[in-house]
Amino acid sequence: MAYKRNVDRLPIIPKDAKKHNVTCHYCIVGCGYHAYTWPIKKEGGPAPGQNAFGADLSKQQGPETEAWYAPSMYNVVKQNGQDVHLVIKPDKGCAVNAGLGSVRGARMAENRRSDITGTQQQRLDQPLVWRYGTWQPTSWDDALDLVARVTARVIDKDNEDDLFVSMFDHGGSAGGYENTWGTGKLYFQSMKVKNCRIHNRPAYNSEVHSSRDMGVDELNYAYSDYGLTDTIMIVGANPLETQTNLFLNHMVPGMRKGAKVIFVDPRRTVSINAAEIEAGKESVLHLAINSGTDLALFNAIFTHIVEKGWIDKDFIAKSTFQGDTAQPQNAQFPAPLGSLEMAKAECKMSVADAAKICGVAEADILKAASWIAEPKDGQRRKCVTAYEKGIIWGNDNYRTIGALVNIGLATGNIGREGGGVCRLGGHQEGYFRPSDAHVGRPAPYLDQLIIAGQGKVHHIWANDHYKTTLNASEFKRVYNKRTNMVKEAMDARAGATREELVDAIVGAIEAGGIFSVNVDIIHTQIGQCAHVILPAVESGEMNLTSMNGERRMRLVEKYMDGPGSSKPDCLIAAGMAQHLERVLREEGRNEYADQFKGYDWKAEEDAFMDGYNTAHPDVTYDRLRAMGNNGVQEPVVGFKDGKLVGTMRLYTDGNFTRHGREDKKALFCGGGWRGLQAPGKATQKANYKFLINNGRSNINWQNWFLDKDNDFVSDRYPYPFLEINPEDMAELGLKAGDLVEVYNDVGATQAMTYPTPTARRGETFMLFGAPTGTQGNVINAGVNELILPNYKQTWGNIRKISDAPSTVAHLSFKSKEYTTG
Amino acid sequence: MKRCDRLVDVGRRQFLRGGAVATAGAAAATVVPTDAKAKPGTALLRYPANKLANVKDLKTNEPLDVGYPDADAPGVLLKLGKKVEGGVGPDGDIVGFSTVCPHKGFPLAYDGDRRTLNCPGHYSVFDCEAGGQQVWGQATQNLPQYILKVDDKGDIYAEGVDELLYGRLSNVL
Ligand code: SF4
Ligand code: FES
Repeated sequence: MAYKRNVDRLPIIPKDAKKHNVTCHYCIVGCGYHAYTWPIKKEGGPAPGQNAFGADLSKQQGPETEAWYAPSMYNVVKQNGQDVHLVIKPDKGCAVNAGLGSVRGARMAENRRSDITGTQQQRLDQPLVWRYGTWQPTSWDDALDLVARVTARVIDKDNEDDLFVSMFDHGGSAGGYENTWGTGKLYFQSMKVKNCRIHNRPAYNSEVHSSRDMGVDELNYAYSDYGLTDTIMIVGANPLETQTNLFLNHMVPGMRKGAKVIFVDPRRTVSINAAEIEAGKESVLHLAINSGTDLALFNAIFTHIVEKGWIDKDFIAKSTFQGDTAQPQNAQFPAPLGSLEMAKAECKMSVADAAKICGVAEADILKAASWIAEPKDGQRRKCVTAYEKGIIWGNDNYRTIGALVNIGLATGNIGREGGGVCRLGGHQEGYFRPSDAHVGRPAPYLDQLIIAGQGKVHHIWANDHYKTTLNASEFKRVYNKRTNMVKEAMDARAGATREELVDAIVGAIEAGGIFSVNVDIIHTQIGQCAHVILPAVESGEMNLTSMNGERRMRLVEKYMDGPGSSKPDCLIAAGMAQHLERVLREEGRNEYADQFKGYDWKAEEDAFMDGYNTAHPDVTYDRLRAMGNNGVQEPVVGFKDGKLVGTMRLYTDGNFTRHGREDKKALFCGGGWRGLQAPGKATQKANYKFLINNGRSNINWQNWFLDKDNDFVSDRYPYPFLEINPEDMAELGLKAGDLVEVYNDVGATQAMTYPTPTARRGETFMLFGAPTGTQGNVINAGVNELILPNYKQTWGNIRKISDAPSTVAHLSFKSKEYTTG
Repeated sequence: MKRCDRLVDVGRRQFLRGGAVATAGAAAATVVPTDAKAKPGTALLRYPANKLANVKDLKTNEPLDVGYPDADAPGVLLKLGKKVEGGVGPDGDIVGFSTVCPHKGFPLAYDGDRRTLNCPGHYSVFDCEAGGQQVWGQATQNLPQYILKVDDKGDIYAEGVDELLYGRLSNVL
């Protein structure tokens, strides 16, 4: 049977419950919610005067009511040490979601740790140190002392290259301006760590270098632009599932107003199905291109619209670089940048050639070009373009994103109402750190350096390479071995003094081991290798600021205690700095110790003031609190009449600044098509039968680390699904729910067969990031010139390993597509 | 009664592109509850045991509109023609579900080809053959299913619901 909670009733929120502003931290969209808390032995009543809604709850409430919450929106948690009821429900007044919750965000309450209801018992609640062959709970001082002593042995004033750091750079979740600053100040100011990486990729780099180099920040529009446009173009993205309420609350209204919709994706997604329902089939164009051929398509569209003259000449003259090449191609720039003329010559691609490369009809490419750019009733056509991992983690990242921005620039669709060329995003943003210039470009490929035996101490902040990196089979093999060397050395010195223990650890490190410090909210898969584990809190267990995909900044107010002695990452980083300072002073390294001063923060707000506020003095916690769930769109330009004044969309003045050029002119990208660019991809394609396309799903997305302990979610997909055409299944002798092994030249993983008639023959889609089947095991190490991973172009073979296990017997394998019945 | 009719009717109609516009429909075969009163002071919520239909009233794959635990809570009885978990009746194939979407309360429509209940609100799909499992969607719970019993006469009774119904903080009002 499907999982059922058998909850027949819920406590009613009383009139006087405390109400906190909450921005959902589970994805980039950042939907507004409110958290209500009230004492454990109290509740409101059904009469209008007795509850927070002023509603008569003895009656059935209608659709979209505010006076209802699901069992998933309820929990019992601790607040200032007291048990309280907690309800977190969507906020109708928030411009982002207008009261909508999603299958992820509407489970925020249920996904809090509770000792009363037993949810999220996997949350870490105290520091753990590897001792006596396992992890032993201990105090912060003990754990941080060990971290500082071992770390101090491998770093020195002018050489911190043996300290490897994996650290999140995002907002939402446990990121945010407070925590990126805390970690950033430690590693980029007190130290100058260059061997580092970000939570979702193997290097410390931008995911959209070309857009920025062209002068265009990747989040340049407002969500309302979807309702003001003629055409919505979605590339390598599936917004109904991964930016849900952006799709439902902003894209759908645009479609209902008559916008045409173009999808570029090898796979038919539920987003496409929904768009067909909302806009009508005739207004939706799905360009189901061959995997990795986006660049050829965009270059052909660009060539065509320039030839047709469907371009914004005034805009090009005023806002873009005139001349030839402004930035030649070299090791830092995988394509030349410069004028429209230059790009036109470099990117030249006929529609006929593109049709062959991409495997789509010429007529469809022409239709796309016309929907994007052909003037309508003598007016410039408005087009908003949104892209995400399909091309960010796809073939030839730099040139492909550049080619898409080219189209936006040529048609004057950036900085205009109903326009924008933007990434959709994953996590929210919340980046405020000292300069990372010392890291260099291309940035070090950290995972490969670890595989090659480099790095002595590894600090990991909310990264789980084991589940989400590429070349994961090899990475895990080496990392297990290297961290085990240290564990064995520690086990051999059980009972030793701290000095003896540190000597033993350093001995193992010098012999090729690596000392692993894991800061996270749960015990992750890579955390199984850790020698010290430090428990962090997440949004709502601390005050936390972030911005969403339209740069909307909000303050999430702390509404509950974190588990046990867990702390905000910024305060953990401060603790590390203070212990390093102490240890270095003890060792007489006073000058170096001085670099670790300046962390006497008592609370996360102090980290915010020490970091973000210094660059944006108008922005304070009090002012953000007053701005509520609608917050303010960055950049903040002032404070007037008691309100922060923001910026609805960027570049409305036609000045492009992201590249830092003084002339403020946008550059075009001259990146011609060059086939599958990353090493090993073309060979893999030639040698294996199935495309193993991969990505996220509606229900399994960023908060999966919590959801692996959520019964509703685990019940739906106990294993990662592999969408596969039924005829391919028949050939392989597969039935729905069978477990298969996916294997190729770099590794193997397992998945559960999900028959999908809309999947093309030979093209599968596997759920990425699953705890029960790491898709990254079969992704090769190939990256682009700037170390951007290429997850999407992966090929492999498939073999059956088991009949459907009993754990999937109750599952539905029906089509995920809504029908009008 | 009035609200119930409206919801059931909307749930039954063919949905137009672009959202919920109600059309008039035939009167629903809603059953009026005999006892909808909760008894206070017990650990479990007391559900009324309501007769919803007789097995003879059901035709394979044709939904019968009902209301449970009271007339303001629309739902359906379905004879699926195939034994399923939670199914009752001589063939073990009779199931009952709420037809108010547990996401935002839009009325669900039955897709007889797929045997799913589908939501025009935000495209959620629930599988009637798999205990109302959300095949895909935005609700944070699977579809509330009725606990059913069939007596010697073939009368079908509902005796409870296994999830909280949308729009009420107590399944029995
Ligand atoms: S769409 Fe994203 S931000 Fe909004 S509720 Fe869902 S997970 Fe949270
Ligand atoms: S109301 Fe049913 S999916 Fe939203």
